[in-house]
Amino acid sequence: MIEARNINKYFGENHVLRDVSCTFHPGKTNLIIGQSGSGKTVLMKCLVGLFEVDNGKVLYDDRNFSAMNINQRKAIRQELGMLFQGAALFDSMNVQENVMFPLNMFTRKTLEEKFDRVNFVLKRVNLENQNKLMPSELSGGMKKRVAIARAIVMNPKYLYCDEPNSGLDPQTSSVIDLLIQELTYEYGITTIVNTHDMNSVLSIGDSIEFIHKGQIWWSGNKEEILHMGNQELNDFVFGTELTKRLRK
Amino acid sequence: MLRPLSTIGNYVLLMRRVFTKPQKGRLFWQQLFFEIDQLGLDSIGIVAFISMFMGAVVAIQTAYNIDSPLIPMSMVGFTTRQSVILEFSPTVISLILAGKVGSRIASQIGTMRVTEQIDALEIMGVNSANYLIFPKVVASVLINPVLIVFSMCLGIIGGWGAMMFSRLVSMHDYILGIRYDFEAYTIFYALTKTIFFAFIIATVSGYFGYQTQGGALEVGQASTKAVVISSIVIILFNLVLTQLLLG
Repeated sequence: MIEARNINKYFGENHVLRDVSCTFHPGKTNLIIGQSGSGKTVLMKCLVGLFEVDNGKVLYDDRNFSAMNINQRKAIRQELGMLFQGAALFDSMNVQENVMFPLNMFTRKTLEEKFDRVNFVLKRVNLENQNKLMPSELSGGMKKRVAIARAIVMNPKYLYCDEPNSGLDPQTSSVIDLLIQELTYEYGITTIVNTHDMNSVLSIGDSIEFIHKGQIWWSGNKEEILHMGNQELNDFVFGTELTKRLRK
Repeated sequence: MLRPLSTIGNYVLLMRRVFTKPQKGRLFWQQLFFEIDQLGLDSIGIVAFISMFMGAVVAIQTAYNIDSPLIPMSMVGFTTRQSVILEFSPTVISLILAGKVGSRIASQIGTMRVTEQIDALEIMGVNSANYLIFPKVVASVLINPVLIVFSMCLGIIGGWGAMMFSRLVSMHDYILGIRYDFEAYTIFYALTKTIFFAFIIATVSGYFGYQTQGGALEVGQASTKAVVISSIVIILFNLVLTQLLLG
């Protein structure tokens, strides 16, 4: 379980996160949604420690991540995986080397064991026999799947996905969403997905935090989100022509 | 006034993260050999080309300027050797490497920064500064002296070639000159400078690449800054080291 307690984050005079408190449960896909500039990426970066919170704390299964030094954080970081918006694959490495990187860095497995593990996770994301391709040879969806494979290769307890559907067509987006959800259920991972894609919200939103102007504005799930009277939430949810028509 | 101080402060803080024990020795050695190939061996061509022509030009200019019959023509060989060893190879080639290697380091690390590859390393618990910059610094410090010795040899051979073709000075006089009053200390001085310059090129470029924020435009700016600042620092340290070692 990951908890954010009264997190505040400033960039100069700009108060980006205001007393954000929320809980993300294991075995569920927890979504953070909100408009661009609402603070959801900053919240995610605070949760993983890429930004330091100005006050408040982040707890990983009751372990106070915010109070830890770099070495103590390393232990937790090896329990988490992250899928970045642009996949963030290492350009100089092929698919296999990208996925194997955390194993090379942090484990003492034999080469054979590492190959087995890499092939297993690549098969899990439907990328069998693509080991030798370079990132530049992959499509957007394939890059995301390799990035997911790299994120889960160490059996993480916590999985972060920052805008997993950005730049993908609707069909590929659905494939990535379902893959994230399946992995979450299969391994009981605490998954946090940062998105503003309503298709994702309605298909995988087990738990949803709506962030608006740096504050948690609404919490709920995919069943509740379509029937709320909250003006800001409705503006977000029914912001596209398609959802407006569906609502009518 | 505050900006340069803050840059120096951030540089020192980054170097504290760079100069730590690598997390995985085997990966460090792998990276080191890769960087020696990329930063050093890949530069042999340009170093060879510039050194040969530089030596040739120094020899021709020296020969052109010797008018007095009281000055022996062997001075051409002597001057070429001294110029190449003391200044042209260590300083000019280091400035060339600051352009070639420095921009490569800054743009490579800068691109990794803006495409979140460095964030990915940090999330995994990898000390990204150490993993990315340390092998480059060690590789530069190890390979640049080899390149500079290579450059010295080719510079002197370039001068010899120019004299042979132009017939301004006899081969006997040129070889007499390059052997005249040789002090091994000059090589020590040149290589000491080279090691300092290699350190400057790799760390300053690594710093500007690592601090990049934004997109492709900022990567280009970081790369330019890396080359300009490395070159300025090299020129400053050239004076300081020369005063310390020869003054």
